[in-house]
Amino acid sequence: MTMPIYASPEQFMRDRSEYARKGIARGRSVVVTTYSGGVLFVAENHSPTLHKVSEIYDRIGFAAVGRYNEFENLRTAGIRLADVRGFSYDRRDVTGRWLANAYAQTVGSIFSEHQKPFEVELCVAEVSGAGAGGVGTAVGADQLYRISYDGSIVDERRFVVMGGVTEPVITALTASFTQGWDLPTALRAAVAALGTTGENAPRELLPAQLEVAVLDRTVAGRTFRRIVGSTLAALLVDPAAPVDPEALVDPEAPVGPAEDAGIEPGADASAEPEPDGEQQPPADGDT
Amino acid sequence: MAGDRRATMGNIIAQRDIEKVFIADSHSAIGIAGTAGMAVEMVRLFRLELEHYEKIEGVRLSLDGKANRLATMIRGNLGMAMQGLAVVPLFAGLEDPSAFGADLQTPESVITGPGRIFSYDIAGGKYEEHDYFAVGSGSMFARSALKKRYEAGADLATTVRATIEALYDAADDDSATGGPDLTRRIFPVVVSVTAAGAVRWSDDEVGVVTESVVAGRMLKPGG
Repeated sequence: MTMPIYASPEQFMRDRSEYARKGIARGRSVVVTTYSGGVLFVAENHSPTLHKVSEIYDRIGFAAVGRYNEFENLRTAGIRLADVRGFSYDRRDVTGRWLANAYAQTVGSIFSEHQKPFEVELCVAEVSGAGAGGVGTAVGADQLYRISYDGSIVDERRFVVMGGVTEPVITALTASFTQGWDLPTALRAAVAALGTTGENAPRELLPAQLEVAVLDRTVAGRTFRRIVGSTLAALLVDPAAPVDPEALVDPEAPVGPAEDAGIEPGADASAEPEPDGEQQPPADGDT
Repeated sequence: MAGDRRATMGNIIAQRDIEKVFIADSHSAIGIAGTAGMAVEMVRLFRLELEHYEKIEGVRLSLDGKANRLATMIRGNLGMAMQGLAVVPLFAGLEDPSAFGADLQTPESVITGPGRIFSYDIAGGKYEEHDYFAVGSGSMFARSALKKRYEAGADLATTVRATIEALYDAADDDSATGGPDLTRRIFPVVVSVTAAGAVRWSDDEVGVVTESVVAGRMLKPGG
């Protein structure tokens, strides 16, 4: 007589958590931090086209680690949700807190109810205004939310580290973090922190291994900008590089000011998608 | 692309400073004629659609793609249009150099090429126009003025002046087109789209050109 398979609910949930945690720990890390000019996202990402960091709305950015197809789904759903809300009400009514809560609910439901939990960890960041911001925002009121695989949501104050082996990255970043640091300092510290983990650490990460973006609080309208190419290289290698806001814009991508004299972001100038072997999701599709 | 500021309800001026020309996205502009409420809503939705596509896909739509989407939206409004609530847009832009992986070493002016203009009918038919076009109640007069004023290869300043002259001529002959209101400083809305992007000219900038146009008309009313 075969014994019925039984696992206690605690065991069941613990196994699911283990499964999701292991999936996330296999990938590479992402750092999200505030700086004087906004919010900075730095992800170790060897693919130029499959992004871990993305724009959601005017002042809201998204970063994720784990299984690509799963967080890509969440990213798309988040953009759709934000666009619909902004259209139905007003653009200012789309907030990071609302979106983070929506993600927490979704991911939490999936964790409990689906056959397999999502192996993802998300960060939703909202940048505050430069003093003349919208309702409820002020300088220094940037918000970083971390949403875990089980739907738990944490409001981070200083920075978020997710994915891969995070302890060395957190240690490095805790040591170097300064509230209100400028972009080059923050970027170099984040890259150095990311280099403390992974094989053959400490590693010096090259621009081609990084995906960098900012939410620039000084810009009206859509604040999300990718930092690529020569701009990124310059910020990384030259300690004396003067930072002017123009330099944040990818020079290859055209900048079209919006009607209220803001700046429309250049969409990431992606070349043809190069299938990067590491990004193909095999059985354990980790990025 | 330039548009006047008058909205009418029969013989009444419903609004003196309505905006009819908008930046659609970084490299295109849209102007509307017809039922104001529906038109403004449609523009809002169109802009959102372009932005949405860009955020999801990571690259912008091609110019033809944008023009086609607009055609579909207009076609979707055919039922209402037949009942009198028509919307007729004018769409223009440049090909976006970052769309579909263009070689970014080539200068933008080579990639983007000349601007293109698309007009539409209420059935959603899309027609590519050349050199210049106008829509709206005063469009006949504006187009006639542009026929004489249009210069191929003119610089931006000359072209903007030509459009403001054309709007002046349209307002001169069509009651539903508003001329410049110098007392309240309400001037046409002007959006220019170049390789560097779409820019809405400030009131001051447009005011300078408009006042110059009006001063010219003081001496020669026919322009």
